[in-house]
Amino acid sequence: MIRTEELVLNVGPQHPSTHGVFRVIVKLDGEVITEAIPVMGYLHRGTEKLAEDLSFTQIIPYTDRLDYVSAMTNNYALVNAVEKLMSIEVPERAQFLRLIVMELQRIASHLVWWGTYLLDIGAMSPFLFGFRDREMIINLFNELCGARLTYNYMRVGGVKWDAPEGWIDKVRQFVSYMKEKLEEYHSLVSGNEIFLARIKGVGKYDAETAINYGLSGANLRCTGVKRDLRKDEPYCIYDRFEFDVPVGTNGDCYDRYVIRMEEIRQSLRILEQAVEQFPEGGEIMGKVPRVLRPPVGEVYAGIESPRGEIGCYIVSNGKDKPYRLKFRRPSFVNLQILPKLLVGETMTNLVTILGGIDIVVGEVDA
Amino acid sequence: MHDLLQREMSLSLFGIFTFWAVVMLVIVLGFVTYAIYFERKILGWMQSRIGPNRVGPLGLLQTVADILKLLMKEDTIPRKADRPFFILAPIIVYVPSFAVIATIPFAENLYNANLNVGILYYAALSSISTIGIVLGGWASNNKYALLGGMRSAAQMISYEIPLVISVVGIVMMSGSLNLHTIVSQQTGGFWNWNFLPQIVGFAVFIVAAISELNRTPFDLPEAESELVAGYHVEYSGFRFAFFMLAEYVYVFALSALATVLFLGGWDAPLPFLDFIPGIFWFILKFAFFVFFLIWIRGTLPRVRIDQLMGLGWKVLLPLALVNIIITAVYMEIVK
Amino acid sequence: MSEENKEQKAPEAASETTEQTSAQTGEGSTPATEKKVPDNTDREAKAQRAAEARARAAAARAKKAGEDNNEPKPPSPKQPLLDRLVQLIKENVSEAAVEEAAINELDGHLPTVVVKNEYWFQCAQFLRDSEELRLNYLRNVSGVDYETHMEVVYHLQSLDTKQNYCVKVRTNREQPSVPSVTPVWATANWNEREIYDLFGIDFPGHPDLRRIMMPDDWVGHPLRKDYVPFDPEV
Repeated sequence: MIRTEELVLNVGPQHPSTHGVFRVIVKLDGEVITEAIPVMGYLHRGTEKLAEDLSFTQIIPYTDRLDYVSAMTNNYALVNAVEKLMSIEVPERAQFLRLIVMELQRIASHLVWWGTYLLDIGAMSPFLFGFRDREMIINLFNELCGARLTYNYMRVGGVKWDAPEGWIDKVRQFVSYMKEKLEEYHSLVSGNEIFLARIKGVGKYDAETAINYGLSGANLRCTGVKRDLRKDEPYCIYDRFEFDVPVGTNGDCYDRYVIRMEEIRQSLRILEQAVEQFPEGGEIMGKVPRVLRPPVGEVYAGIESPRGEIGCYIVSNGKDKPYRLKFRRPSFVNLQILPKLLVGETMTNLVTILGGIDIVVGEVDA
Repeated sequence: MHDLLQREMSLSLFGIFTFWAVVMLVIVLGFVTYAIYFERKILGWMQSRIGPNRVGPLGLLQTVADILKLLMKEDTIPRKADRPFFILAPIIVYVPSFAVIATIPFAENLYNANLNVGILYYAALSSISTIGIVLGGWASNNKYALLGGMRSAAQMISYEIPLVISVVGIVMMSGSLNLHTIVSQQTGGFWNWNFLPQIVGFAVFIVAAISELNRTPFDLPEAESELVAGYHVEYSGFRFAFFMLAEYVYVFALSALATVLFLGGWDAPLPFLDFIPGIFWFILKFAFFVFFLIWIRGTLPRVRIDQLMGLGWKVLLPLALVNIIITAVYMEIVK
Repeated sequence: MSEENKEQKAPEAASETTEQTSAQTGEGSTPATEKKVPDNTDREAKAQRAAEARARAAAARAKKAGEDNNEPKPPSPKQPLLDRLVQLIKENVSEAAVEEAAINELDGHLPTVVVKNEYWFQCAQFLRDSEELRLNYLRNVSGVDYETHMEVVYHLQSLDTKQNYCVKVRTNREQPSVPSVTPVWATANWNEREIYDLFGIDFPGHPDLRRIMMPDDWVGHPLRKDYVPFDPEV
């Protein structure tokens, strides 16, 4: 018999496929993984501790940097929690702007995921196509609030900037453009045999495991559990729009892929309806006291970000700074299933599975 | 060239041969430079962006600039690496790639050597490069490089076999291993070219060729996103340039071989177009094959290692064997 | 509520302007009462008016609060859920398990219970396995450092009945320890590691309790209120 040794390999923290500064210590037997230990904290910036010294409006830029690929939903997680705590009403136009912006952000985030996932799998062209379309969304955001990645757009009680002239028409044009492109991408990638052979049946888990591990977003829906906070606990004005929630059956990477692509289509549907119903005039900021002093109490508010359930738990003691602010980050919770999924897989599948979970390390570490 | 080969060896003859070898080397290097440039341009156009367009007019001097950069880099050798093998590996990879070009005929009178066992020579020499890759992976003292080297050894050995066997059908039809004979059997228009009767062999050859070249969709040994450049991760500067050079010279050699074996070599597609010199047709078909390789690179994702092995042994090899049987039966019937 | 805000806004706006003007003259915090320069009589008058407005607003608020206290609050719609939860826990875990039970009105009337530390693990198992409650989805685990004690807050949901509950477990600050619920809900694994890392709360029963965000050799628990960053240069 040939003497074989277990190889301990470090994937990351600098690695093209770990989606950020993230490390997985992998014990290999040939090409098969026997154990995987994720190590994180490379991007821990102490957001929660810093938040205890800042007023709520000052915390909003920090939320942008948590999940930097989908910053608008993070903004909303915080302002939603504060508005719930203080029972503030947000005006109609602001709600519409918030919804349009969040759905555009969802599409942008899924495009980034799509491009980088395919790049990991080896196809290099879809990455550029995805980013080209995301560029259009980012230009829309640039016109709206002046920033391309970290927007600092929402405020407690409304939004900061109003949509400039013609912005809504540009959103309408983008929606029709993206619908065509989505069909193109489906015909380019979704039927490709090499791609399907790579992701079908990889990284499977069942609904019970998913619920036990607290997964959310596409990771939970791929097992057949229909849970989408936009429908189950409607926030903003989502209950006025018609859209479907795609649900998978097998719980493997292929289902997650199909669900996320379908979510882009559903977001386009919501955007179409929102752009039609957009109110003509109106305030963009509600009646909010100058200094935000929430009453003594606590609140937990969760919303659906492209990665799952992002929640904000605020404990307030009556001052203008939160006593304790905790973010429930979806990537952090979703990543817990990685060691379990990787046992018995090959090195190649590590990249496929990690990409399928869709993490952003800024969120994992907060 | 024919009469040069018949004469007795003398110093002046040796000088003439060396001169032509250098000319060949320059042509090959020129090809590599512009193959890299066109690859980047074509991939760029496929991805809705412009490729390099700054250095020189239309970016034509981009590769020259890249090579100059590589030459000027520090030559790092990891401390715990196996020095002699580390230095030897790129050389072992490159030399056979250049040596196989000796046997390929470019036109009726443009060839370097007229070997009676042309195909065999090619197959034998190209296997030596595999040793170089495994050596590079081992000598780097890096687990990623080792994984890359192991994968590469498995892949290249598995695909050598379908590659050679797919050509056996042509050898049977032409009755010779000599590349000149094979081309002369295909003269007279594109319906005589070997890719039509040997369509199965052609398909197997293309897939096996892409795998031999370590190009997408079979570029596992240097899978950028998994093994961070696999077996040449520790190489930098000129040694890295050697690995890249070897890959592109193999693209040259294999495209030329495919043209000669399946696409009729220097034969014009329609007989009345004979007045255009053969070398032009050779370059046209050769360029189309290279373009096809680049096209595939921009389109398809990567195959997984176990699926790769499965494909090589369970699909390509039986297909190639079936091809031989059909060819044999057909030849018996027609005779 | 909005009227109060408006009144709050007005005096604060006035005080803002006085503060602004005093800042412009290059002086620090409090107002015109300190200045003896005769030019500032306008400012003094404004400040006095602002102070009067503030006093009026405070009096109005106090009166309103007084009025509110006289009317009893209507019972919360989730009160029966809360009572049922407390009853179930008392029956199935222990009579003494529930310390407090309340409705968190600000958070959509969320039923909140405080469970005693010793009974928490049993209670968690019961909450997940109970036929009626079926709380199988642990949404969030947070640690909070009140200066007298520490708390771990669990937000639970049942994906079948869609009911939300909040459970808190208290522990002291010297040797904080809360039984780990990782065997019950696997999602608590890294959440508890994070709380251990940042607060120092020990979770007996956790399969692998080590630091997750901070480097392995870090001393101290950063999110505590009394955390002093260790800085060798100072």
